[in-house]
Amino acid sequence: MPEVLTAPLVVEFPFTRSLGPVQSAFLTGLRERTVLGVTASDGRVVVPPTEYDPVTAEEIRDLVEVGTSGTVTTWAWNPSPRRGQPLTTPFAWVLVRLDGADTALLHALDAPGPDAVRTGMRVRVRWAEERTGAITDIACFEPDDGAAEESRPAPDHSAGGAGRPAPHTGEFANPVTGITTPARLDYTYAPGRAQSRYLQALSDHRIVGERCPSCRKVYVPPRGACPTCGVATDTQVEAGPRGTVTTFCIVNIKAKNLDIEVPYVYAHIALDGADLALHARIGGIPYDRVRMGLRVEPVWAKGSRFPDHYRPTGEPDADYDSYKELI
Amino acid sequence: MRDVAIVAFGQSDHVRDSAETSEVEMLMPVLHDVLAQTGLAARDIDFTCSGSSDYLAGRAFSFTMALDGVGAWPPISESHVEMDGAWALYEAWVKLLTGEAETALVYSYGKSSPGSVRDVLTRQLDPYYVAPLWPDSVALAALQAQALIDAELTDERELAGIAARRRTAAGSNPHAQLRGEVPMGEPLVAPLRTGDCPPIGDGAAAVVLAVGDTARRLTDRPAWIRGLDHRIEAHGLGVRDLTDSPSTRLAAERAGAFELSHGRKGTGGAPMVDTAELHAPFTSQEVVLRRALRLDAPDSTVCINPSGGALAANPVMAAGLIRLGEAAARIQRGASDRALAHATSGPCLQHNLVAVLEGE
Repeated sequence: MPEVLTAPLVVEFPFTRSLGPVQSAFLTGLRERTVLGVTASDGRVVVPPTEYDPVTAEEIRDLVEVGTSGTVTTWAWNPSPRRGQPLTTPFAWVLVRLDGADTALLHALDAPGPDAVRTGMRVRVRWAEERTGAITDIACFEPDDGAAEESRPAPDHSAGGAGRPAPHTGEFANPVTGITTPARLDYTYAPGRAQSRYLQALSDHRIVGERCPSCRKVYVPPRGACPTCGVATDTQVEAGPRGTVTTFCIVNIKAKNLDIEVPYVYAHIALDGADLALHARIGGIPYDRVRMGLRVEPVWAKGSRFPDHYRPTGEPDADYDSYKELI
Repeated sequence: MRDVAIVAFGQSDHVRDSAETSEVEMLMPVLHDVLAQTGLAARDIDFTCSGSSDYLAGRAFSFTMALDGVGAWPPISESHVEMDGAWALYEAWVKLLTGEAETALVYSYGKSSPGSVRDVLTRQLDPYYVAPLWPDSVALAALQAQALIDAELTDERELAGIAARRRTAAGSNPHAQLRGEVPMGEPLVAPLRTGDCPPIGDGAAAVVLAVGDTARRLTDRPAWIRGLDHRIEAHGLGVRDLTDSPSTRLAAERAGAFELSHGRKGTGGAPMVDTAELHAPFTSQEVVLRRALRLDAPDSTVCINPSGGALAANPVMAAGLIRLGEAAARIQRGASDRALAHATSGPCLQHNLVAVLEGE
């Protein structure tokens, strides 16, 4: 059993999302230090606001302004903040029901320790210094001793207001209509037994396939299973290194970060002794001279663990019948 | 309506890190196991359905690699859900009920070891208001646990008792990852301690479904699916009452979990099920589920999570299917006559599936 290979794998994606009218108003409001909710079909004020009723799924749009202070409805103490979380020092996760709201908003609470946090405690928004129209415009919550500025706005005590939060048009100058949320996840990729054997052989300039014990086909590169028979391919077989171009395409568009002049040829190559074609770039020959049946061999760049490309061997072209099953 | 049964169940040993095997290498022995139990070859299966997640693998269309382990020639009828395999089983069950298939192979797998599963799972959250804060799966479960404690529905002592019972039960489960005496450890995200949380691990599971007489031909004692339903709740955590699981309760009602079984009519007070396999990755979630499923009567004889449940092995995307498989296997070996199986998905038990299984 050879050593199993691993390698770091980083997946990053900056999702760009459009906002509907309700989400746009809410996130623009945060930029302006204003928290908006939406009135649901049953009269409840939903904060953060949704575009549809959480119970009936009907579209809802009646915005109201709620307070920037509220009450913790549940919490959890996080002693070891993780990447991307709102605070880098230990903090409490909290669900906060803002004054005037009937539902709670998830965020972080900056508190000295778990003993300083309890359900029912009063907290207020701490705004981020730079606000762009995102949930992170709320930097976090902080304990509200009631001494600081009053939670705003005051409930609507006008006739018919009945202490409910006041309606809000949701209109702001330069509304935010979209958000970009970058995300990064780190992995350690492990290709497994079969592919580890293949990659290790490649670094010795050998190409190793695996044979299916049932249909006898040789797969290069091997993945540990015969996709036709569904059984393990555990017999290693040397393949190539020479092979035959079975089909190809001419690439005319330069890929980002790829240092290869266009046009170039990408081809299916049936290695000698393999029953499945692999694909690779063809070099060492003008792009318009590549043809089906061309005999090729791998070229390793100095110090590389895998072939950089395949080049013509100079042999006569292979007979069509010898590779027609592998196109 | 056609009768559909689980006729075979298999699973891998669940381990912290399976770097030596790829997904398909991990899965293949499990597929061969369930096929061997029924004597079927892959080509005999009418419908194949799988469950997994690209976010665990960090690669797009990762399930197509695992499909190599099935043997897709001659061409097969195949489907995939980007969910726990319990929902793949649901799709296969519907396929069998419609009469389009007599047999189905359902499998799922998950390798949490390549990444950080607590962070990976944040990507399933509301992308506008929640995901940008990166609240990890343990943090969200901890909010739910604190809500239960505040409502005096549980306390840390009861949670520790649940952890101990599940891992003791797992002592007789050769596939489990965490067995026997497990210290409750330090607070991870308080009030949850490491002992309240599931192990992080890799694993795979598979079941074979069959209809009517085909099921009887394939096994001595099919585990008949008498009802199967799943329900989801609003994604806003602050909209929900985290101490309750109305979706579990409704799914259980629709699956017939609260109706007396045929064989027990008139026995007055007899348990509606004798076994419950609950997909509760956190101790506090078992408290919510037991209440929702009315399993908390003081004289209850229902055997809960005899496998150890997700607290003993939690291969994400397979742990729910394993609950159905464990319940079925218990019926198949005669240890249960009527069992409830539950699977969950999403933060704080957002989406829940309940099946009622019976022996003949």
